[in-house]
Amino acid sequence: MEAGARAERSLGGGLPAWALGVIPLVLIAVAIGSFALLGGPGLGERTGPPVEEVSVEQTALHPGQIELTLRNDGPDPVEVAQVAVNDAYAPFSAAGGLEIGRLGSTTLDISYPWIEGEAYEIFVVTSSGGTIEASIPVAAETPEADASFYGLMALLGIYVGVIPVSLGMLWLPFLRRLGSQWMAALLAFTVGLLTFLAIDAGLEGLEIAAEAPAAFGGASLVFAGALVAYLVLAGIDAYLQRRAFATKPEEGSLVARGATTANRATTGGAYLALLVAIGIGLHNLGEGLAIGTSYATGALALGAFLVVGFAIHNTTEGLAIVAPLRGGGESDGASPGIGRLLGLGLIAGAPAILGAWIGASAFNPSLAALLFGVGVGAIVRVIVQIAPAMRDRNGRLLYPSTVAGMLAGIAVLYLTGLLVSV
Amino acid sequence: MSKSRFVSDKATKEPSDAAGRGISRRRLLGGAAAVGVPAAIGLNQLVSGSGIAAPPAAAEQPPSHAGHGAFPHASFAKGRSVDHRANGFHPTELLRDFDYGKTRRLASGRVLREWEIVAADREIEVAPGVKYEAWTYNGRVPGPTLRAREGELLRVRFVNGSEHPHTMHFHGIHSALMDGMPGIGESRGGGQIEPGEAFVYEFDATPFGVHLYHCHVAPLAAHISRGLYGAFIIDPKQGRPEADEMVMVMNGFDTNFDLANEVYAVNTVGFHYVNEPIVVPREELVRIYLVNVLEYDPVNSFHVHGNFFQHFPTGTSLQPAELTDTIIQGQAQRAILELEFPLDGDYMFHAHVSEFAELGWSGFFRLVNPSRLAAASTAALYCDLPWGGGQA
Repeated sequence: MEAGARAERSLGGGLPAWALGVIPLVLIAVAIGSFALLGGPGLGERTGPPVEEVSVEQTALHPGQIELTLRNDGPDPVEVAQVAVNDAYAPFSAAGGLEIGRLGSTTLDISYPWIEGEAYEIFVVTSSGGTIEASIPVAAETPEADASFYGLMALLGIYVGVIPVSLGMLWLPFLRRLGSQWMAALLAFTVGLLTFLAIDAGLEGLEIAAEAPAAFGGASLVFAGALVAYLVLAGIDAYLQRRAFATKPEEGSLVARGATTANRATTGGAYLALLVAIGIGLHNLGEGLAIGTSYATGALALGAFLVVGFAIHNTTEGLAIVAPLRGGGESDGASPGIGRLLGLGLIAGAPAILGAWIGASAFNPSLAALLFGVGVGAIVRVIVQIAPAMRDRNGRLLYPSTVAGMLAGIAVLYLTGLLVSV
Repeated sequence: MSKSRFVSDKATKEPSDAAGRGISRRRLLGGAAAVGVPAAIGLNQLVSGSGIAAPPAAAEQPPSHAGHGAFPHASFAKGRSVDHRANGFHPTELLRDFDYGKTRRLASGRVLREWEIVAADREIEVAPGVKYEAWTYNGRVPGPTLRAREGELLRVRFVNGSEHPHTMHFHGIHSALMDGMPGIGESRGGGQIEPGEAFVYEFDATPFGVHLYHCHVAPLAAHISRGLYGAFIIDPKQGRPEADEMVMVMNGFDTNFDLANEVYAVNTVGFHYVNEPIVVPREELVRIYLVNVLEYDPVNSFHVHGNFFQHFPTGTSLQPAELTDTIIQGQAQRAILELEFPLDGDYMFHAHVSEFAELGWSGFFRLVNPSRLAAASTAALYCDLPWGGGQA
């Protein structure tokens, strides 16, 4: 320590702190500048053909026309030369030009008499003869993004988000009748549900990220989103608790430590319910995004069956929210009002509407991957937050009733998930 | 009916003086174009100076817009065309470009016919905007159409100017040393010809028919698909009936090297003869020397609209095998097709493997009779379609 301090002193001299912070930046700028000015000494000419990496960001279908948005993901500019749809060259135009610079994008308007319900494989030939492939699994006209379209998406969000979550919350009176020994098992059930949701969202995020341009991060966006969501929620949590501690010291600190008192159960229960609602809400944002995108690209046939499936599936999420509200038994005086319950339902369900809007109108695989990551991070944070309340007197997390609860949660979500696997 | 294309005791590098009739026909058509109408369509700008007639463009009325919104068939993006000058060859010229080599009479009285062929690596444009690193004979794909007469002694000096080893393997009857086969005859200077080396192939012109030559160095598929092939015609001693003759080499290009072709064509450039229809005379014999060299696909085919043709498989018989409008060919199969068009208008020809047709292997014959401008209005229709060629 002593030696380190001395070294700092000798290195820093009498300079002010800000200068010490800026000097490395200046040196970096000088190094980069001279490297560029000298033309990258020692590197020589790059050998080999140009690297062409282009991803298809968006496909849209209008009558007699297919629209492809391409993004150049590689180090070299790429020039589009020809486009073939289902092994037939087709006339096309590109308002943004045929050449795509690094990270740039262009949209191709391809004239093609596509037929609803058919599948299309498109290959774009670049000037070097390379090909970029895009596929349309089920052709359907891309809806115009007008008011009625946004209305439909909102309705969709309400169907799969708000209504089922709210319905699921109607189990609250039933839960309240259950004996207090059920509390930990119910929380475990919620944790089981959430764990499965996190895994599901994470995998979906990674799947979408695989199609996203690697230059924007690809799969790492999912992890970054998760980390950011986790840290932000943890930060908000810490902030709220500090405020709570300032007003009611003993309660806030108890929540923080996850201690088991009857007092904590009421206040903490409402608080945990809110956290679960936020986590599920962020998850539903991703779910809405996926639904909206699939709908817009025609990959999702919006049958009543599917809506029903989603409704049943998401009803379990409502159950997860109200489980912490069940209270610890005797001292559950503060029964949450209808208004509060509705609020929780909206927090958990309404983001599906927003997600559907984004997904259907401005889908971008990188953004979607990030949002799915955010959902995962939020859920993980909620799990971490709920877990302490499951502990028994000996401080154990896993004992028969919690294990059974978690398994039940996983099983329920898995089984209802079968209804919506498209 | 024997034609006077061969003046066997003279060197005939250019067939034109021998084929005087061909010239007169071209002049006739050229005149038609001049009398015909202003070149509203910028077709054939490159060709017009080369002696091959530009098709008479459009009738008096402005081009119809009926084509918009309709999808007549697959094509490339409108308004783009291949830079034939940069390519160094033009499919419309290549069609009727027969390389007769140089001839002299040997002491025995026999005709010796000689060519020099140079292999060279060259980037060519196979579809508008799509560049391909081709390997070529004499800088063009397909290589020159070598044409001789049955019974002559043929001598082909092959110089390998490419960065890769190559050979010339002729389909014909010859000794093993002259087979252009790696591993056979290296000790005598033959077999595989390394970069910078040369070899003289010598063999008899037999049997008559339409044949081909190609590189036979391994990996074979790569060496062929890169562009090392050409048509090789041996005329029967007595010749064939006079006709408007043309060579069509059915080929394709695997531009992304995934062992499947992205562009299909006759004579290399996809949709070229859609953008510049082949102008042929009405009620006169048209003879097509058709050769399939397509790699990576098991069969290719040829189909013509509104007409039937006599099919002479491999051209080794003077009797047609069949009157038909569609034939299929495996790789290296070839045939002579003879037909006459009784009516004016535009008649499509294409591979009846629809996929190939829509990936470039399509074209049109344009029947032009100066007295019948009605047909030109049909032409005007085509020229306004999305794939209408040559428009800026």
